[in-house]
Amino acid sequence: MIFALKGKSLFNSLIDRIQHVGAATIHSFQRLGHASVFLLEVIASCTSLLTRPLLLVKQLHSVGVQTLIIIVVAGLFVGMVMALQSYYALIDFGAEDSVGVMVALSLMRELGPVITALLFAGRAGSALTAEIGLMKATEQLSGMEMMAVNPMQRIVAPRFLAGVISMPLLATIFSAVGIIGAYLVAVELLGLDSGAFWSQPQNKVDLYLDLYNGIIKSLVFGIVATWIAVFEGYDCIPTSEGLGQATTRTVVHSSLAILFLDFVLTALMFTK
Amino acid sequence: MSDILVKIRDLHFSRGNRKIFDGLSMDIPRQGITAIMGPSGTGKTTLLKLIGGQLTPDQGSIEVDGLNVHQLSTGKLFDLRQRMGMLFQSGALLTDLSVFENVAYPLREHTKLSEAMIRYMVLLKLNAVGLRGAAEMMPSELSGGMSRRVALARAIALDPMMIMYDEPFTGQDPISMGVLVSLISELNNALNICSIVVSHDVPDTLSISDTVHFISAGKVVESGSPETLRNSQSEWTHQFIHGDADGPVPFHFPADPIKDDLYR
Ligand SMILES: Nc1ncnc2c1ncn2[C@@H]1O[C@H](COP(=O)(O)OP(=O)(O)OP(=O)(O)O)[C@@H](O)[C@H]1O
Ligand SMILES: [Mg+2]
Repeated sequence: MIFALKGKSLFNSLIDRIQHVGAATIHSFQRLGHASVFLLEVIASCTSLLTRPLLLVKQLHSVGVQTLIIIVVAGLFVGMVMALQSYYALIDFGAEDSVGVMVALSLMRELGPVITALLFAGRAGSALTAEIGLMKATEQLSGMEMMAVNPMQRIVAPRFLAGVISMPLLATIFSAVGIIGAYLVAVELLGLDSGAFWSQPQNKVDLYLDLYNGIIKSLVFGIVATWIAVFEGYDCIPTSEGLGQATTRTVVHSSLAILFLDFVLTALMFTK
Repeated sequence: MSDILVKIRDLHFSRGNRKIFDGLSMDIPRQGITAIMGPSGTGKTTLLKLIGGQLTPDQGSIEVDGLNVHQLSTGKLFDLRQRMGMLFQSGALLTDLSVFENVAYPLREHTKLSEAMIRYMVLLKLNAVGLRGAAEMMPSELSGGMSRRVALARAIALDPMMIMYDEPFTGQDPISMGVLVSLISELNNALNICSIVVSHDVPDTLSISDTVHFISAGKVVESGSPETLRNSQSEWTHQFIHGDADGPVPFHFPADPIKDDLYR
């Protein structure tokens, strides 16, 4: 009797769990569908910015310029650490002159776009989600709709476009500052020859393969990170708890998406 | 032009499994103040959002000025909304703009008025709600009652044909309350518009409105002029107007009997 009961409840809990997984999967796909429709709407709304460029400028400031400082500081330190590490590794082979090219290539191809995007998601993405979500919770978005103003055009589109424009610029600045940091460590601190440091990157860095591909990567990361951020804000449950969850989801989902896409893009771009 | 501005027919609307409206029908005249009253949580805010086209009914229709709100294209709906003002329960001011800019916002969006003209109109509207002195303040520096008055100034900025007030009186001190009550009725008479007032405040609302609709359980319980409702024989209306604890109006949100809940 007891055994039969146990067996039944075990079976039930198993069914429950399967149902749970199924429901969660369906829910995820529904949200993905929602988010895709949302993205199309945002892109369509971007045309309205032609008549109101000031909205975009304001967002470029709060999304792009205000993220600059963390990008510059992080870029400097990443470049310096990379110079140190590659110097210690390369000197054993007498190849320490390659520090410059090694740092430049790693930054432009991988670290620049990826680290910038991760920092961007944490600094600008979370702020976008919180801002839009709070506007929703305080009925500001509804209020705009009732004033016959489309919040997609006035609120979401400028923030989205600002994020998409800022990301490649920030990533480029990150790489540039990183190379300067590497120069400071390698040449000024470790006494490497300045000519060797600069000449190798000049020969070995390819404009298309390295620079353009890096920029394409950062553009893709920018689109994805900003898309996730504005969608999570617009779609959040308008309570303090819902807002907190949405902000967390923005950072987690965009970070994972960035790392996954980086693998895909690298595989596509750098095949030999 | 017909005398009816808002025509609601057989409205059904649910939130999840809960039916909020169950065949509600109502006519709101083009002129005068119409009050919609009912216990908290009956769906008064929801009704205003349905009229404004922010929510879509499950069944039934809402016509505003002869247009079926839920069959309009987005562009047409936005045109219609320019002629509707709505005062939100929370105020819903844009927090990154000053009081002045909040009131100027609909003017800047929908008109090509000169800066001087906008300033003139905004100060006039702010003066009407007694907050001209607060023009340069930010919404975060205002009290709840002040925010609601700024929101009122914003709602009338475009001189709409109708204004929906969601609980305009909550959070007002007796003086601004008195001013607000007379303001709503003066605005209504001066602009000759349709005002829809949603409120719990029985004496003040009855004192200014021309028609009153009581709603409960998804339907209109009783409608009429304030006079007829005051003398109504209906137990429900009597209880609501006098605020008695006992009677047919439920105070509790629908639930299982308390005994079942407590001794589960
Ligand atoms: N976003 C929502 N999701 C689910 N249910 C909701 C939502 N908003 C409101 N409701 C439900 O709809 C019902 C009506 O809400 P509404 O805000 O219209 O009430 P109300 O009559 O304006 O109340 P009050 O007088 O307290 O403002 C409530 O019982 C509430 O539970
Ligand atoms: Mg309400």
